[in-house]
Amino acid sequence: MSEAATTPDDVRLGDDGAAPAGDLFSKFDALIAERQALLDTGVRDPFAIVMEKVTSPTEAIISGRKTILLGTYNYMGMTFDPEVVAAGKRALDEYGSGTTGSRVLNGTYQGHREVEQALKDFYGTSSAMVFSTGYQANLGVISTLAGKGDYIILDADSHASIYDGCWLGNAEVVRFRHNSVEDLDKRLGRLPKAAGKLVILEGVYSMLGDIAPLREMVAVAKKHGAMILCDEAHGMGFFGAHGRGVFEEAGVSDDIDFVVGTFSKSVGTVGGFCVSNHPKFEVLRLVCRPYVFTASLPPSVVATAAASIRKLMHATDKRAHLWKNSRRLHQGLRDLGFRLGTETAQSAIIAVIFPDQETAVGMWQALLELGLYVNMARPPATPAGMFLLRCSLCAEHSDEQVGEILTMFAQAGRAVGCIA
Amino acid sequence: MSDRDQTFAKVAQAIEPFNRKQVALGDATTFAGDLEWDSLTVMDFVAAVEDEFDIIITMNMQAEIETVGQLVDAVEKLRA
Repeated sequence: MSEAATTPDDVRLGDDGAAPAGDLFSKFDALIAERQALLDTGVRDPFAIVMEKVTSPTEAIISGRKTILLGTYNYMGMTFDPEVVAAGKRALDEYGSGTTGSRVLNGTYQGHREVEQALKDFYGTSSAMVFSTGYQANLGVISTLAGKGDYIILDADSHASIYDGCWLGNAEVVRFRHNSVEDLDKRLGRLPKAAGKLVILEGVYSMLGDIAPLREMVAVAKKHGAMILCDEAHGMGFFGAHGRGVFEEAGVSDDIDFVVGTFSKSVGTVGGFCVSNHPKFEVLRLVCRPYVFTASLPPSVVATAAASIRKLMHATDKRAHLWKNSRRLHQGLRDLGFRLGTETAQSAIIAVIFPDQETAVGMWQALLELGLYVNMARPPATPAGMFLLRCSLCAEHSDEQVGEILTMFAQAGRAVGCIA
Repeated sequence: MSDRDQTFAKVAQAIEPFNRKQVALGDATTFAGDLEWDSLTVMDFVAAVEDEFDIIITMNMQAEIETVGQLVDAVEKLRA
C-alpha cells in the first residue's frame, strides 16, 4: 500500500480561484478543495508538521512544545547512538559531504564497500547492493528482475515503491488479496507454467502493523516455482534471532531469494538495499537503472548505516524492550476501548482505527496538543479505505513514556468522544 | 444466447454486489465514471471475475479496460 502523501504548505489557484484553461493542475482540484475544507474546520494540517528540534529518538519540539514522538520509524532508536553519530562525523571530515556521482562511476567510496559488507554479515548473504533510498531499492530490483513475459505476483496491500517498481518494468502484474495464502496459491496456479515468476511479500505491512504468514506463503510460492522477494523495511532489527526480519522468525531464510530493506527505519539514517545469495546477483549493478543513474549516498550516511547495522546484530535487549512496549501499548489502548488494526501486538506498529476523517483528525490534533505526535493515514494510503492513527514504537521509549502515551490517548479519546 | 451474451450476463451478475447506484449495464457502461468505483472496489470485483471464469486479468490489462463491454471482450479472449 502506498504511504500517505505529503501535501505542500500552501496551494493557491488563480486570483479568482479558478484555474486557467489547459492547466495540468486541474486534475488535482478535488484534492485541493478537500484539503482546504478540512483546514477550514480549524485543524492543523496532519501532513505539514515541522520538527523544530529533535532532542532524542523519542522527543522533539513541535510548535514550541516538547512532544513525544510515536510516529517515526526509528524502531531501534539508533539516530542518536553515540557510536553511530561519531562514525558519521568522522566520515564527513575524512571524505567530505557527498560523492557527486553514481555508484558505477566516481560514487563508490570505501564506506559504500563497508556498509555492503556490514549488510552481508548481518544477513549472512553473499551479496548486498546499496541504493540511495529504500524506494529506489524496490524500484530498481523489481523492474530489473522481472522483464517482458515474466509475472510479478504481489500482495494487494504492497507499499507504493513495490507498485512503482512494477510500473517501471515490463512484467505482467497480478495482485492477490492481502495476506491470503489461498488467493496466492490460486493465482499462481493460473499462470503459465514456464513463465518467470516473482512473488513479492512484505514481512510487516506498515499501515495496520500486521505481519505476513510467510511460512505458508513461501511454501506456496516455491510449489509453483516462483522466486521470492521479501521487503523487510518494517521488520529489520526487530524480528528474528539476528534481527533480520519476519522471514527469519518464520524460519524460511533459505527459501527467500531477495530481501529488500531500508536504512530509514531501524537503521536510523537513509538509504536502501537488497541482499541475496544468487550467484549472478552482482550483474544488477550494471543493469539496474535506479542504481546506475543516480548519485550514491554521502559518505557520512553510509558510515552511520554501517555502524548502526553492526550494532543491530547484537541488540537483543533493545528488541526485548521494544516487544514489551508494543504489547503494553496494544493492551492499554484496547482496554481504553480503541479499535486497533490487529487482534494482538504483531509488530512495533499499532494502528488505531477511526470511523471517519473528522474523528481521526480531531484525535490527531488533540494528541498533538497534549504533546504526542502520531502519524495519520487516510485513503488511498490505507487498506479498505480506513482512517488510521499509526503509532510506531521505539526501543528507546521508556516505561514512563509508554504510561504517558496511554494517559494522553485516554484524555484525547474522551475529549473527542470516541471512547467512553 | 450467444457465448458473448452469456459472458456478459455472468459479468453483470458479478457487478451486481458492487452496483450501489443500480446503474443499468450496457457495453458502454464505464467502471470509473458510471459505476463510480474506486481502486479497492475494482480489486474485489476483478478477483470475483477471475474466480468465476478461472482466468487471470493482470493489472496491465486492467489499465486498458474502461467499460463493461471491453471487460466482456477481454474475458472472452482469455477463455479462448
